Amino acid sequence: MWSGIPLFPERASTMASRVDALYFFLLGIAVFFSLLIAGLIVFYAVRYRRRAPDDIGANIHGSMLLEAAWLVIPFFITMVIFFWGASVFFAMADPPDETLAIYVVGKQWMWKFQHLDGQREIDELHVPVGRPVKLIMTSEDVIHDFFVPAFRVKADVLPGRYTSIWFQPTKAGRYHLFCAEYCGTKHSGMIGQVVVMEPSEYQTWLSGGVPEGSLASAGAKLFADLACNTCHRPDAQGRGPVLEGLFGSTVTLQNGETVVVDEAYVRESILTPSAKITAGFQPIMPTFQGLVTEEQLLELVEYIKSLKGLPQVPTR
Amino acid sequence: MSNTVFLPPRHYLNEEYGIASWLLTRDHKRIGLLYLAAVTFFFFIGGAFAVLIRLELATPVGDLVSDETYNKLFTMHGVTMVFFFLIPAIPSVLGNFLIPIMIGARDLAFPKLNLASWYIYMIGGLFTTYAIVTGGLDTGWTFYTPYSTASSTSNVISAALGIFITGFSSILTGLNFIVTIHRMRAPGMTWFRLPLFIWSHYATSLIMVLGTPVIAITLLLVATERVFRFGFFDPALGGDPVLFQHLFWFYSHPAVYIMILPSMGVVSELVAAFCRKPVFGYGFVAFASLGIAVLGFLVWGHHMFVAGQSVYAALIFSILSFLVAIPSAVKVFNWTATMYKGSIAWETPMLYAIGFIGLFTIGGLTGLFLASVGLDVHVTDTYFIIAHFHYIMVGGTIMGYLGGLHYWWPKISGRLYNEWLAKFSALVIFLGFNLTFFPQFILGYLGMPRRYHAYPPEFQVLNVLSSAGASILGVGYLIPMAYLMWSLRYGRVAGSNPWGAVGLEWTTTSPPPMDNFAVTPEVTWDAYDYQSAAAARQSTQSG
Repeated sequence: MWSGIPLFPERASTMASRVDALYFFLLGIAVFFSLLIAGLIVFYAVRYRRRAPDDIGANIHGSMLLEAAWLVIPFFITMVIFFWGASVFFAMADPPDETLAIYVVGKQWMWKFQHLDGQREIDELHVPVGRPVKLIMTSEDVIHDFFVPAFRVKADVLPGRYTSIWFQPTKAGRYHLFCAEYCGTKHSGMIGQVVVMEPSEYQTWLSGGVPEGSLASAGAKLFADLACNTCHRPDAQGRGPVLEGLFGSTVTLQNGETVVVDEAYVRESILTPSAKITAGFQPIMPTFQGLVTEEQLLELVEYIKSLKGLPQVPTR
Repeated sequence: MSNTVFLPPRHYLNEEYGIASWLLTRDHKRIGLLYLAAVTFFFFIGGAFAVLIRLELATPVGDLVSDETYNKLFTMHGVTMVFFFLIPAIPSVLGNFLIPIMIGARDLAFPKLNLASWYIYMIGGLFTTYAIVTGGLDTGWTFYTPYSTASSTSNVISAALGIFITGFSSILTGLNFIVTIHRMRAPGMTWFRLPLFIWSHYATSLIMVLGTPVIAITLLLVATERVFRFGFFDPALGGDPVLFQHLFWFYSHPAVYIMILPSMGVVSELVAAFCRKPVFGYGFVAFASLGIAVLGFLVWGHHMFVAGQSVYAALIFSILSFLVAIPSAVKVFNWTATMYKGSIAWETPMLYAIGFIGLFTIGGLTGLFLASVGLDVHVTDTYFIIAHFHYIMVGGTIMGYLGGLHYWWPKISGRLYNEWLAKFSALVIFLGFNLTFFPQFILGYLGMPRRYHAYPPEFQVLNVLSSAGASILGVGYLIPMAYLMWSLRYGRVAGSNPWGAVGLEWTTTSPPPMDNFAVTPEVTWDAYDYQSAAAARQSTQSG
């Protein structure tokens, strides 16, 4: 009767076997100590059961040696688990250099995905097997959580900021995607599927009908529509900083601090431009809060990311 | 020794009669019973919500109740059980009744404040009950922002106010216990002669006094943001939702120790009494309580490994969480060692103590899975967490509570319950509990998220097992309710010391007189000194 009833989740990412190895190690420790304690308790309870109503136990108060043993031994065991768990976590927090970036927006109660080439999906995410994928995620409303059990990865998706997660699928197939942070009435309906495809099939899927241009080109159009290009000009003559080659660089702010230009910084600079003013510029940029959606913001971010290739123009 | 024992002619139960004699009492024993009635009420309310949750989850589709109702059910189950049963249960009922008697005092340091604490608890309970009956609450017991402040349309404010008010009851009770333990000990009752029950309540009281104000202010901020749109937590208003989680767990993680430490104190008493020997490593067990209380304040971030905190913070909270596991492990090893060469009686309270040690061990060891940050990422927010904390809170706290209630019931009521029925129900509870929650570990590793109204069909068999276990567990909890009530009138008279245990509470009559002791005792012996007690008994018999 147990066939068809899963007792262990599928493994479909490079991270899965690392997490499972730690899990089995801990399972071994848990089973060993549970059996040790249970065995001793049952043995003592039978062996030393009271035989006469007035019997008392032996007058033993303790043993420094034993206390030291069960202070020190568990300490070392827990430290082994700590370092092992930390190393797995480092691997999860540190994506490889070359990743396929996909943007994710969570909202009550759906998942929206934007691929760089312009494909948009809802509640279904297509990715190729064998390639590291990095998701850059944000929420339009409350906290959600992107969870794919077969990949053993999970991360909260927060409103007002970007979080990211990466995984490298190892097996083609369809896998559960769950929202794992309670988000309201239809929380358990905020589910979907990650479709892992062979690279060739993935290429076919990618080329199968792209409704609009790439994400960056959508961002470029928006950049022009919002008239960003009147101030942010590539020739260093505008009233705002040059954006070409900006992404990933370090800029100095008016107050002397420095900041690395990442997705979060770009987002903040569009929504609350006065928060971090680049040295040498006036705080004249208006806020775009309420004028652009989370998805449009991601298009702008991707457009600014794409502005490479030009030689970096020194700021004045 | 005569076989017939009689109830004492005058005791705290028959000293006065009438509703007013209860509602205006300043006697710690009567106030303990007021709490017993109240927490039992909330336990069965919270239990009813749990029954409905498990019924819904017997099938993968959401068919018994709507998603909205389901979300309210698990929220109100959590709120009721955590704030109105688990946190107050052992300190307010057993602690209230026993702390003065165990240290040889006539009452707590502030008897009127003690009564006020009960009223504050009841007012908080009424607010929350009002929130429940007028439409309920759907934020989860964790009140995560910005859902609770910006999105939920349920009764967030009245429920939060109820918890805010009840918090003061907790603070005042903790304060009362701390002062009592410092100032009211009988002559000769030095710190290291105190029963371990007192040590664990002392540690608990520290958390109550220091931690509860934080949850109070946090919930006040939630209510304020909801009403006045102040931007504390909602990013749309300039707030930070993760700040809420830091504040919430700064209290709510130590709150887990408010629930488990008193239960550990009970288990120390039970193991000593039913092995008739001193608790192995008394000093280590006592200081483990304090160690847990202090370290427990430093691990809240392990609830937030996937919430967007920094990698560095996650590592610090991970290593501290492993450290807090050590004093818990020390306690388990010491209880087990206490049984070595004991004179072990298989009475009902001892069955609960053994059940506690077994289930707490599993709960504690699975806690290592969650402290390990790379593994926590996969299992957090799944049924693995649900299983883990129910092993601690139900398998730990409630087993300890029921064990303590059975152990001191003859002292509280003066009468014995039906031993056969009691052993039977202890077994039913143990089996029902494991059947309910063990499958949830497997479900969690498979990836079933918590708080899901509907779930993929391949998870059904394990969910059906869990629901079947829950129905057994429910029956297990109803049986003691019935025979304990029955024993109040028909139970055999217990006598002052039915278990042959040592400890000041067994030197006074059952039920105790209004002032606990006819003469203030003078303590010349250590806790659990069965050797001297047996020697003294022999010399009386021969002399």
